[in-house]
Amino acid sequence: MSNEPHRFAPIQRSLHWLMAACIIAMLFIGVGMVSTVAPKYLPLILIHKTLGVTLLILVVVRLALRLHYGAPPLPDDLPPAIKLGARLSHLALYGFMIIMPLLGLGMLWAAAYPVVLYGGIRIPALLAQSDRVHTLLWNAHFYLGFAFFALVLLHLAAALFHALLRRDGVFATIALLPLRNKATPAE
Amino acid sequence: MNQSGNLPRSGLGSLVLIAVVLGGGAAAFAYTAGWLSPGRLTPERMIAALTPPSGAPLGHRRNHAKGICFTGVFEANGNGLELSRARVFERGTHPALGRFNLGTADPNAVDATVRVRGLGLQIAADGEEWRMALINPPFFAVSTPQAFHDLLIASGKKDPEAMKTFIQANPEFAAFATWAKTAPWTASYAEEPYHGLNSFIFTDAKGGEHAVRWSLLPMAQVTPISQAELDKRGPDFLEQEIVERVRASGPQRWSMVTTVADPGDPTADPSKAWPESRHTVQVGTLVVQRIEQERDGPCRDVNFDPTVLPPGIRPSDDPFPAARSSVYRKSYDLRAAEARDYPRTGAAKP
Repeated sequence: MSNEPHRFAPIQRSLHWLMAACIIAMLFIGVGMVSTVAPKYLPLILIHKTLGVTLLILVVVRLALRLHYGAPPLPDDLPPAIKLGARLSHLALYGFMIIMPLLGLGMLWAAAYPVVLYGGIRIPALLAQSDRVHTLLWNAHFYLGFAFFALVLLHLAAALFHALLRRDGVFATIALLPLRNKATPAE
Repeated sequence: MNQSGNLPRSGLGSLVLIAVVLGGGAAAFAYTAGWLSPGRLTPERMIAALTPPSGAPLGHRRNHAKGICFTGVFEANGNGLELSRARVFERGTHPALGRFNLGTADPNAVDATVRVRGLGLQIAADGEEWRMALINPPFFAVSTPQAFHDLLIASGKKDPEAMKTFIQANPEFAAFATWAKTAPWTASYAEEPYHGLNSFIFTDAKGGEHAVRWSLLPMAQVTPISQAELDKRGPDFLEQEIVERVRASGPQRWSMVTTVADPGDPTADPSKAWPESRHTVQVGTLVVQRIEQERDGPCRDVNFDPTVLPPGIRPSDDPFPAARSSVYRKSYDLRAAEARDYPRTGAAKP
C-alpha cells in the first residue's frame, strides 16, 4: 500500500499501552492468586475475572482498529528472519489475547462456578459442567499463561532492542508520546 | 537509521539494560508465583497437609471425602429480608442441592471413627446462587488458616509432643478438644446441627450491614448414641440410615437460624462462639426430599465454595472463607482431573 501510516493511530497506541498494563497485571495476579490462601485471594480472583472479560472486549476493538488503520511497515533493512519473527510473534500475542479469556471463562463454566464480575455482573454459562472439559481448559489456561508471559518478555526485549540498539524508528511507531530526536523510518 | 542527535550510548550498556529488565520481570513473576517463598501457605501445601500417609483420595474431595448427595428445597419465610436483600430470603420455595459428609480425607472411613460431620448446600433463587459448607461442632477448632494447617501437621505426627506443642501455640484448640471428647454422637445425619461458623456481612435493601453467622438446626428428634454403639452398626451406617429414613419417614427438615453479631463480637475468629443472647432470626427451613449416592449424584460436580454468594451477602474479615475457597478450588481441579479414578457407574439418573 502506498499510503501506509508512519505510526500507529493515537487510539491504537493508547489501547496498546492500556492493554499492556492490564495484561501484565493479569499475568501477575494469575500466578499470585493461585498460590495463596490469604484473604487477598478473593479480591484478586474478582479482579482477574473482571479484567479478563474487559480485555476480551478490548482485543476485539483492537483487531477492528488494526483492520481499519493498518500498521506501519517494518524497516526495509530489517533481516527477513527478524521480520518473520516479528509477524509470527504479533500473531501469537493476538492469539493469546483472544484465547486466554475464553479458556478462563470456559474452565469456570465447565466447573459449574457462577461467573460473577465486579459490580455483580453475571456472565451466563455457555458450557455444561464436565470434568474432562474443565481439566483440558484449566491446563490450557494455566500453561499458556506461562507461555504468554514468556512471549511478553520477548516482545519487551525486542522493543528495547529496536529502541536502544537498532534505533530504527520501530519503537516510535507505537510509543505513546512522540520521541524527541527520533526519526520515523520513511524520513 | 538516523542516529544524529542521540547521546552516544554503548551497545553493551543497552544489552545490560535489556537483561536487567527481563531478569527483573522474570524474578518478580517467580516471586509472585511463590517460587521464591517456600514458607508461603499455598493451597497445595494445605492439601498436602490434608493428605493421609496412605495417599490422596484420587477422584474425591481432599477433605470431607466421604459423603452422599441430597436434593430438596429451601423454604424461605421472608424474615431474612430484614438482614439481607438476597433473593433466597424472599418468601417462597427455592431449589436446594447438597451433600452430607464426614470430615475425613478417607472416602472409605468407618463412620464411628469420624468426629466431625458436615453438610454442603447450594440454594438457587432467580439466577442467584448461595453455596456453603457447614459442620456440626458449634465453633471451629482454630483461629486461623495457618493454625489449621499446623493442626493437620501436628495431628499427623506420631510424636505425642507434637500435639502438646501445637496446643501451647494455639490454646483456642482446647475448647474444640473438649467438644470432641464430650459432645454426644448421633446415629443419623438428620439429627445433627450444622453450623456455618464463619461470619459474613448481610446487606439489607436499605444498605444496612449486619455481621452474621448461621446454623441449620435439626427438626428430627435427637437420640444420642455411644461411639461404640455406632461402630457396631457398621462402617457405612450413616449413609444407609439417611436413605432409609427419607424413604420411610419422608423429607427431613432443618431450621435455618442466623445470629447477628453485636458490635465488638469476634467476627474474624470462628473458634470464638458469640454469646447465646445475640439476636437471632429464623429465616427458613431446609427440606431434604431425596437422597442419591455421590458417585452418580448431583452433588458430585459441585464445589461447595463458601464464597459463592448472592448479592446481599459478602465475606467479612473472617480469613477462612477465602482460604477455603482457594483450597476447595484446588481440590476440585485435582478431583476433576482424576475422574477416571472414581468412575461414574453410568446408571441413569431418575
